[in-house]
Amino acid sequence: MHLVGSAIISGLGLGSMYGLLALGFHLTHAVSRTVNFAQGSSMMLGAVLCFTFWVTLGWPLPAAVILALAACALWGAIVERVAVRPFVARGSNSWLIATVALGIVLDNVVQFAFGKDPRGMPPGLLTSGAITIAGVRVQYLQALIPVVGLTLAGGLQVFFAASRHGKALLAVVQNKDAARLMGIRVERVIEVAFAFSGLLAGIAGVLVAPLFTISSTMGTLFGIKAFAVAILGGIESASGVVLAGLIYGVAEALITALLGSTYTQIVTFALVILALALRPNGLFGRAALRKV
Amino acid sequence: MRRGWLNDHDKVARLLAVGAALALCAMTPAFAADPIKIGHVAALSGASAQSGEAITRGLSLAIDEINAKGGLLGGRMLELVQRDDESTPPKGLVAARELLADNVAAIFAGIDTPVSMAIVPLLNKEKRIYMGVWAAGTAITRNGANPNYAFRVSAVDALVDVKLLKFAHQKFGSTKAGLALINNPWGQSNEKGLTAASEADSSIKIAAVEKYENNDVDMVPQLTRLKDAGADAIILVANAAPAAQVMKSRERMGWTAPVVSHWGISGGRFPELAGPTAGEAVFVQTYSFFGKQGPVGERVLVALEKKYPQIKGPQDIFAPVGTANAYDAMHLLALGIAQAGSTDPDAIRTALEDLKTPYEGLIKTYKQPFTLDNHDALGPDDYIMVHYEGDKIVPVN
Repeated sequence: MHLVGSAIISGLGLGSMYGLLALGFHLTHAVSRTVNFAQGSSMMLGAVLCFTFWVTLGWPLPAAVILALAACALWGAIVERVAVRPFVARGSNSWLIATVALGIVLDNVVQFAFGKDPRGMPPGLLTSGAITIAGVRVQYLQALIPVVGLTLAGGLQVFFAASRHGKALLAVVQNKDAARLMGIRVERVIEVAFAFSGLLAGIAGVLVAPLFTISSTMGTLFGIKAFAVAILGGIESASGVVLAGLIYGVAEALITALLGSTYTQIVTFALVILALALRPNGLFGRAALRKV
Repeated sequence: MRRGWLNDHDKVARLLAVGAALALCAMTPAFAADPIKIGHVAALSGASAQSGEAITRGLSLAIDEINAKGGLLGGRMLELVQRDDESTPPKGLVAARELLADNVAAIFAGIDTPVSMAIVPLLNKEKRIYMGVWAAGTAITRNGANPNYAFRVSAVDALVDVKLLKFAHQKFGSTKAGLALINNPWGQSNEKGLTAASEADSSIKIAAVEKYENNDVDMVPQLTRLKDAGADAIILVANAAPAAQVMKSRERMGWTAPVVSHWGISGGRFPELAGPTAGEAVFVQTYSFFGKQGPVGERVLVALEKKYPQIKGPQDIFAPVGTANAYDAMHLLALGIAQAGSTDPDAIRTALEDLKTPYEGLIKTYKQPFTLDNHDALGPDDYIMVHYEGDKIVPVN
């Protein structure tokens, strides 16, 4: 029981990270049917910049976090301008590889500037303090991560469903020309969605940094898993992708705990394939209506 | 008229003259004053650059001492020729080929087992001495070649594994060890070694084996499995970053089982990455400049401080095993060359396999360190156990 309990706690923490990154995929997909495939690199940028501002330059932590997140949002907008917009404008799908390429460029620039040596965040209250739930020790940070993930997902869901701006965003993807005629600045809307997607990745990076080692390659595997999560959740639904993230994280931890780490990747990805074979639109997605 | 370089008779004549001169030089026997070149292929840049620099320091110090005493073979000075392998086997192979073309007497290698595993077959084929001073892969020296030109003054995985289990039992009273191994060939090699070691030692058994990837964030599930299998100590095999994740996960779940580790954690920034529990990992080394030093240790410390002004004491010597192993290995090679009476690789190999002169080195006094069947100068009794105190590596009592 203890084994299962601690695996669930571990899984919820990591699953929320995947969910946050997957929310970024959801957001840009919802307004433009495009995504930044290098979300993992944006997450890495958040962690590296937060470390650099706080530890290397000695700035106060709140300022370091805010600036790192602002930089991630700016990076998201740059990705849209450089690697998405020019290709979409010409009706090409090459943004797929262009976003991957831009992510690789970012990874290498960071490696050059930050160094190859992985670094570690200094210990703080969030990692040293802990509570015990049913005999399982839970660090404050581990408890905070799912709260942040679920709050952001809930907020996005409400924004799209209930607010005027949210509906305007969704209108863009239905019919760009009609949206333009209604006075919606389509390019601006898509750019903001990418910036927000970068911001979400940055939040994931800042939250995971104290649990992990910080390096230019830290985001790669996260990015891949997050995309699997986005597809698994049915990329159309904000709460769906976050729930899928939690399910994926807990499944991963439970498989490791019950079967052993040798089987983790084999069984988890096999389960993803099985789930998609049974529900091709994802666990929480709906079949898209094609209007002709 | 179009003039290609082949039409240029003058140029051809000049090239031929230079070629002939070079050929003549190659045929001329070495003069007494010709230096003996010593090759060194290691990571001199990238994440493991400190290891390469530490080895360079050990080699340079020993070469200075030998040259100050008049060199070898009747006054020939030693000259260090270095190449960077950037921790990649293909670059290491190219570098080794360049050094062979430069006619080095031997090639010293660096921290990376995969690079050494690539170089050793080449050197055995080309019949040139390989001297390992860091990479611990068992198969580097135990490679099945006959004759075998690969020698080593460093730890050997199979022997380290014996030491780790023995220490966990003697120091912490462990009877059931849980193995936390990195999921790569190095981890696999140690799984074999640790299994064999536990089969030979009835006092300690292996409770369970768990593996993790370089990029795994949370190893709590793996550690929980070890704990549930009854492990009373963790045997850790990984480099600094993934090993730090194991330490963080252990701290997160509030487990206090002792951690006994291979020396991978001594490269990189383990204390910073692992956080407050870094000092709880006890790991293996071949030498420490902390504590009371023997006469050779004191002499080397003074020489290091003199040659490298940034060194003010033992705390400033990074990657100390690289320096210590390289220093002793260079002196042993020099004794081999002296006994062989030439730089002929076969003569040096035969001499090293039967060194007549004992050598009082930094790590120990070597009496016949190598034999025909054993090309490893150090064994489990030569390893010491250490841990981090802040950023310093200090011996465990």
